[in-house]
Amino acid sequence: MGWEIDPILVALVLVNLLLLGASRLAACVRLVAVQGVLLGVLALLVQVGWSPWRAVLLAGGSILLKGIVFPRLMWKALRGAEIRREMEPYVGYTLSVLLGLGMLGLTVWVGGRLTLPVPAASHLLVPVALFTTLTGLFLIVARKKAITQVLGYLVLENGIVTFGIALSHEAPLSVELGVLLDVFVAVLVMGIIIHNIREDFDHIDADRLVSLKD
Amino acid sequence: MMPSAVGMLVGLVLAPLLLGVVNRVKAVFAGRRGQPLLQPYRDIGRLLRKGAVYSPTTTWVFRAGPVVGVAAGVVGLALLPLGGCRALVVFSGDFMLLIYLLGTARFFVVLAALDTGSAFEGMGASREVAFSALAEPALLLAMAALVRATGMRSLSDAMGKVWSDVWLPSMPVAVLVAAALAVVLLAENARIPFDDPNTHLELTMIHEVMVLDHSGPDFGLVLYGSALKGWIFAGLLAGVLVPLRTGSPWLNAGAAVVGIFAVAVGVGVVESSMARLRLVRVPQLLVGAGVMAALAVLLVR
Amino acid sequence: MLLLVLLLPTVAGLAAFLVRADRTRRTLLVGTALGHLALVAAMWARPPAPAWNRWLDLDAVGLLFLSVTSLLFTVASFYAVGYLKREGHQAHRDFEEGRVFSDAPEARFVGCLLLFLASMTLVTVTQHLGLLWVAVEATTLASAPLISFHRHHRSLEATWKYLLICSVGIALALLGTFFVAVAAARPGGESASMLLADLMAEADLLQPGWLRAGFILLLVGYGTKMGLAPLHTWLPDAHAEAPSVASALLSGALLNCAFVGILRGQQLLGSAGLAAFGRDLLVVLGLVSMTFAAVFVIRQADFKRLLAYSSVEHMGIMALGVGLGGAATFGALLHAVNHSVVKGMLFMVSGNLLAAYRTKSTLAVRGAVRALPVSGVLWLVGLFAITGSPPFGTFLSELTILKGALDAGRWWVAAGYLALLGAVFAGMGRIMVRMAQGEPGEGVAVGQHEAWSAVLPAVVLLGLALLLGLWIPRGLAELLGAAGQVVGGAAWRV
Repeated sequence: MGWEIDPILVALVLVNLLLLGASRLAACVRLVAVQGVLLGVLALLVQVGWSPWRAVLLAGGSILLKGIVFPRLMWKALRGAEIRREMEPYVGYTLSVLLGLGMLGLTVWVGGRLTLPVPAASHLLVPVALFTTLTGLFLIVARKKAITQVLGYLVLENGIVTFGIALSHEAPLSVELGVLLDVFVAVLVMGIIIHNIREDFDHIDADRLVSLKD
Repeated sequence: MMPSAVGMLVGLVLAPLLLGVVNRVKAVFAGRRGQPLLQPYRDIGRLLRKGAVYSPTTTWVFRAGPVVGVAAGVVGLALLPLGGCRALVVFSGDFMLLIYLLGTARFFVVLAALDTGSAFEGMGASREVAFSALAEPALLLAMAALVRATGMRSLSDAMGKVWSDVWLPSMPVAVLVAAALAVVLLAENARIPFDDPNTHLELTMIHEVMVLDHSGPDFGLVLYGSALKGWIFAGLLAGVLVPLRTGSPWLNAGAAVVGIFAVAVGVGVVESSMARLRLVRVPQLLVGAGVMAALAVLLVR
Repeated sequence: MLLLVLLLPTVAGLAAFLVRADRTRRTLLVGTALGHLALVAAMWARPPAPAWNRWLDLDAVGLLFLSVTSLLFTVASFYAVGYLKREGHQAHRDFEEGRVFSDAPEARFVGCLLLFLASMTLVTVTQHLGLLWVAVEATTLASAPLISFHRHHRSLEATWKYLLICSVGIALALLGTFFVAVAAARPGGESASMLLADLMAEADLLQPGWLRAGFILLLVGYGTKMGLAPLHTWLPDAHAEAPSVASALLSGALLNCAFVGILRGQQLLGSAGLAAFGRDLLVVLGLVSMTFAAVFVIRQADFKRLLAYSSVEHMGIMALGVGLGGAATFGALLHAVNHSVVKGMLFMVSGNLLAAYRTKSTLAVRGAVRALPVSGVLWLVGLFAITGSPPFGTFLSELTILKGALDAGRWWVAAGYLALLGAVFAGMGRIMVRMAQGEPGEGVAVGQHEAWSAVLPAVVLLGLALLLGLWIPRGLAELLGAAGQVVGGAAWRV
């Protein structure tokens, strides 16, 4: 089992590291799309024991939403914004990648320490899930553009879903579909808001949203 | 013992041929006939027959650079296993010596460049040091991943178990190590996308600019030394990429030599299909290689 | 019955998007709210049967918070109709910066209000941890468009912060939910169901390490939504920029729903014998929230933000109460009811003040009692109701929590609690009394007539707050006692 999913997990990690180092927004959107597709494939591989239509439904839904619909939405939000790269992030790209490596080391260390009641499909699953989650949080905190923050949210979500795929074999279909639906609506609403922010402010820099404070 | 000694000899003899292969591949891709495969040998021979010119400002350091480069390369070859064929000298932790030998050679080449007092050579030296400071950790981490995955502390033992202990249980580790080694190989041997060996514009060169003042036999030694360095890196990469491990050391070594030339062909293809990176992107790629190697270390169970 | 109470607002909400006539839509809003309230009232008389594989099941905690939500929503729906009528469809001038802005379509506002009600209903009636998460996230999504009803850049900024901070926070709660699932998994491979009852039945088999980690994540996630400091940063912005009716619902109903999520986690911890672990965390978070609120209340220049920070304070009080256990749990649940009623009323009044003075500055508003005879008085009385003065219900509940702290022998907690209550009282009193007294400035007429739809809902809520302070109906007391027992407090009667 581990032999088939390890390459996908490693690819997930590489996508995370690339995301930490990528400056062009279009590239970031593409990377997150790739991650969504990888996640769908992962779901398909891990859930071999399940009824096929269910695995296909979940994996297909994930691939369709995260691989196609979200990137479209993001591109729509980007279009006309005349902004193609993240300038001056709070944390530089090379430093981000190195910090990412540190986070990876941390999660591997933590993952090695956690005792799972159920053996996971691969010893990498938990570290990779946690690392993806941390990467998402880092992107939200360290980047300024609203759109990068949405991408960070998606990565965070992907990490958590990876964890879910790996460990809760039971999570009922309806809940997983509900999660997928919630994420979909969240991204949709965020996309609309970004669109409005752009029309109103002429920029999508979240760090310039500072009129409300104490 | 016998195959190991022959393997080292093969390295000493065939190293310049790698450059010829690379150049031929590039010529084929460009639609040219290209220089003869043996042109590097001719170049070295011609240079060795010439006299040398030394600037009055240089000292013995300037002349020591090329000699140390070749010496380090020769000792390095003695430590290099050819795939499953063990090296001439094997001891626990020998990969550290190999890395430090390469470092020593670079140190002397840099010193020689600085010794000339030329602004251009100083610039080249500074770039060389900056990039190798990033490439060396990547190399070290790649080695560490191999050592950790196989549990063997010598390069020959580790290479001997690449198939059974790295490829079979965790293919991603092997792929990552190979990718990191490939990037380091391109960087250390001044190939595209890090450096353009064909350029003669000092501003864009890294490696070539450091040896501008060497002439005659000294320059011949520089060329031979870098050929040996190329052979060592190609040997490492081929050792991972061609995991053929049979009982016969002859067969193993033969496969590895074929692999080394395949790597040379690969370098030629890369050079034909890519442009040189902007200088600011070079560190990012090297850090990327380091990250891949570090990932490999972390992934080892 | 449970399905019906869920479906009613959902269907009505979707329908509201399609209805074109304002009058029909507003009738739909009020009608749905009344229908919802009637259904909930029927559940008091006869407990509904579990539905959908027991995923939907109404326990005492659920019924308590469902009733509060439904009641507040019904009152707010009357206020909303009046508000929408006064707001009209024309463009408005932004009184802070003078730019012109328009409102979002009314259909969207009403539709989202009803979907918001549906999602909050789901939070209270579900017994499944996964579904609970889905529902809490749905409340965020349904309420985000409410905050950006006025389409100007401040409301957009507030909506953005609300969406991002809450979504990220709640994502962590999902991770916590998965951790709980891991804690419940059996070595054999088949994993337990995520129904609260099933989990609690086999609580001694839960892995304590994973359960603790899961609870912390749940606390962080739902705590963000609930506005517990230091995760409250979205709350003042969202409450200040949303239309007042939406602020009232956010503060009075939404925060409670997030609290339900935390209570479910505490319930689970309690059954696994780890109640003390969760309680200590809640006490700390509660006191931290009260401290943050006290600091920010004292020099607050915006009266809607003032109310928002007051909500942070009250969420802290509720967390503290549950954390102290015993009688204080009862007090905390009672306090949830009181706070919803009073805060909902205050936000409605603040909307009236805002409409009359066209500013949110605490310094610019003077003489509210003269300018708006009804709202001004309500504002002043509301001050005493929200800060826990007798004879209002908040006094009773805050006193009960104090008693809980003293019973438990936690003198330092009790002292800190009293000091912070005093600080908030002083801070809010100084500002709100100053607003009520004096002469209204130029451009504000004295003795304005106020529409019944703007003041009557607030009067009703204030009356309820007073009633709860004087007499707690038997049914409510029993329900509170039962709910307190569910989350691990002692059975305690008034």
